[in-house]
Amino acid sequence: MIATQSVNGRTYRFDSLVDLLAKATPRRSGDELAGCAAGSEAERSAAQWALAEVGLNTFLSETVVPYETDEVTRLILDRHDRAAFSPVSHLTVGGLRDWLLDAAARPDAASTLTALAPGLTPEMVAAVSKIMRNSDLIAVARACQVVTGFRTTVGLPGTLATRLQPNHPTDDLRGVAASILDGLLLGCGDAVIGINPAGDAPQVTADLASMMDEVRRRYEIPMQSCVLSHITTTIGLIEAGVPIDLVFQSIGGTEATNSAFGVSVGLLQEGYEAGLSLRRGTVGSNVMYFETGQGSSLSSEAHLGTGGRPVDQQTLEARAYGLAREFRPLLLNTVVGFIGPEYLYDGKQIIRAGLEDHFCGKLLGVPMGVDVCYTNHAEADFDDMDSLLVLLTAAGVNFVITVPGADDIMLGYQSLSYHDALVVRHALGLGCAPEFAEWLGRQGIADPDGTVRGLELGASGLRELTGSIR
Amino acid sequence: MSALPAGNPDPWAPLRPTTQARIGLGRAGMSLPTAAVLDLQSALAAARDAVHVPLDADALVANLAGLGLGDPVVLSSRAGDRSTYLRRPDLGRLPDGLDALAAGPWQVGIVIADGLSSRAVSDHAVEQVRALQAALDGLSIAPPVVVTQARVAIGDWIGQALGVETVLVLVGERPGLSVSDSLGIYLTHDPRPGRNDAERNCISNIHPPDGLGYATAAATAARLVHGARALGRSGVDLKDTAGAALPSGPDDPA
Repeated sequence: MIATQSVNGRTYRFDSLVDLLAKATPRRSGDELAGCAAGSEAERSAAQWALAEVGLNTFLSETVVPYETDEVTRLILDRHDRAAFSPVSHLTVGGLRDWLLDAAARPDAASTLTALAPGLTPEMVAAVSKIMRNSDLIAVARACQVVTGFRTTVGLPGTLATRLQPNHPTDDLRGVAASILDGLLLGCGDAVIGINPAGDAPQVTADLASMMDEVRRRYEIPMQSCVLSHITTTIGLIEAGVPIDLVFQSIGGTEATNSAFGVSVGLLQEGYEAGLSLRRGTVGSNVMYFETGQGSSLSSEAHLGTGGRPVDQQTLEARAYGLAREFRPLLLNTVVGFIGPEYLYDGKQIIRAGLEDHFCGKLLGVPMGVDVCYTNHAEADFDDMDSLLVLLTAAGVNFVITVPGADDIMLGYQSLSYHDALVVRHALGLGCAPEFAEWLGRQGIADPDGTVRGLELGASGLRELTGSIR
Repeated sequence: MSALPAGNPDPWAPLRPTTQARIGLGRAGMSLPTAAVLDLQSALAAARDAVHVPLDADALVANLAGLGLGDPVVLSSRAGDRSTYLRRPDLGRLPDGLDALAAGPWQVGIVIADGLSSRAVSDHAVEQVRALQAALDGLSIAPPVVVTQARVAIGDWIGQALGVETVLVLVGERPGLSVSDSLGIYLTHDPRPGRNDAERNCISNIHPPDGLGYATAAATAARLVHGARALGRSGVDLKDTAGAALPSGPDDPA
């Protein structure tokens, strides 16, 4: 595909779909680093006009990453649902934007968009996001409903769930438990209590998983736990009888990215089946937890597509969601500001990427959460994170990541605090997952009407939580 | 509550020694109390300053000159300023003005790179080089090279130009909220452009008094240098009880 477009008296030429997608992408440092970004705002604007004219059928005949050499492309195209696609098959990318905004404004928006999801490919969704403003991304994402369950139900309208992330630099069990206690008292943990282990030994993961299971059973908490180890470690622990709730893996949008993560579609399927075999969910059977983030392909030099050209990082990110949805995950978390300023330079780029990722995932039918976060070498601060949290909450994000005092002492970056979740739930009138809300009510952490208020340690029956942990 | 009433014991006190995490901060309504918010802002300011304050290379050179390792050389990477450095890791790995260096009969080269924290370098580099000098007794050391806007792999070019057998890159590590002056040492044997991170060994978290001390880090570095010389290579195959090779992630200053 070759496109030309004139803007403000100058004509620009785009010599492939890969080129057009990259140049139509709102500015970000990762695409500039990869050498695929538009050279000027005028060229970007021309690319957006040209992209808006591309028919959606083009995405089924012209691949961004070759079918022959990439199993993610094969999965996306082989599983494409033509019947679900039919309501929009005659449209261009620009036409799809209007169609989505129109659908989102109707009372039956959720069912319409759910039915459409299997008919859209990640590349179509990425393309339309590039010509949507932040408010468009919010309006359509808010109309999507992706509800999943394990021991809690995540993604219901009117709720905002949280991952409680009690990381510790030496995986000290009492230190981890102290951060869990702090989070529970502030009403966090209804999406998952999930630990990034500092050590990669399987025994570390086993000890953390066992400790969390003990806490869950002792206090009869409707929750799921996860230790974010490599999927092969988790599969081994499942075979060894360790109490595993969710199967975690980082994934990316190309076969080469996944190779760098040490996974393949086949291995993900194996982990999925191992998780399902345990039948530990009570209200649902979604057992997978994925993490992704724009820039992961470029950072492992796995970002080249058709014709050997760099594919923009946002399109590759959307492809990761196309892979994820095959495994009916409970949660997918885009770690949007974690990867560093060479991929997303400042608060503006992080905010834009967070809204794009959430929109693309939701439209593809993925239960999206976002790690609203930044590193100290990015041009961002706590105010940027406050803004992104409110925008994502308006967009209906399923869950966000929370850590004590916003400071992850193991990974060395800032996410949201437990308090931030309390504030936004209160300001926007949102509750948490219903099963968890009921438990919080019994603990005196939430009011009978579901309003999460938090509770002081001295007044809580949980105060001995860390006592039995060695 | 916004603060603990005076005289009331902190119910979190028994748990605080188990973690540096900011637990039990209290609340003002739903939000963090004033002291906790201002404390976070101060920690962020320290971390951001550590990233953006330029390295005072003149002061560093003056102090290094007193060590008797020869006249230090100052270079920069091809990333001309901090903004470029943060956006273009590739340019931070390429030296500018490499012809200022001459090869010599040295066994070990020492490169001091600002990395992501100039404060780590200002606070710790001179004393760390002094400790290395003592620990590497018996090996010849080239005059130190100071490089600004630099990432770890720049040492491959510098080590090759100096003709050294092993290069040690002292680099300011990515600042966190709790520690913003942490120095790392990356060791590469037979340095030349194209080496990858699996071919290096790393000693991280050097920031006495809270982090690793100079003498301990230097002793580990010396064992690794001797180990690399015996093995003929550095990286994942070279093990030390006090420091093993760490793979580099996208956030590392490599």
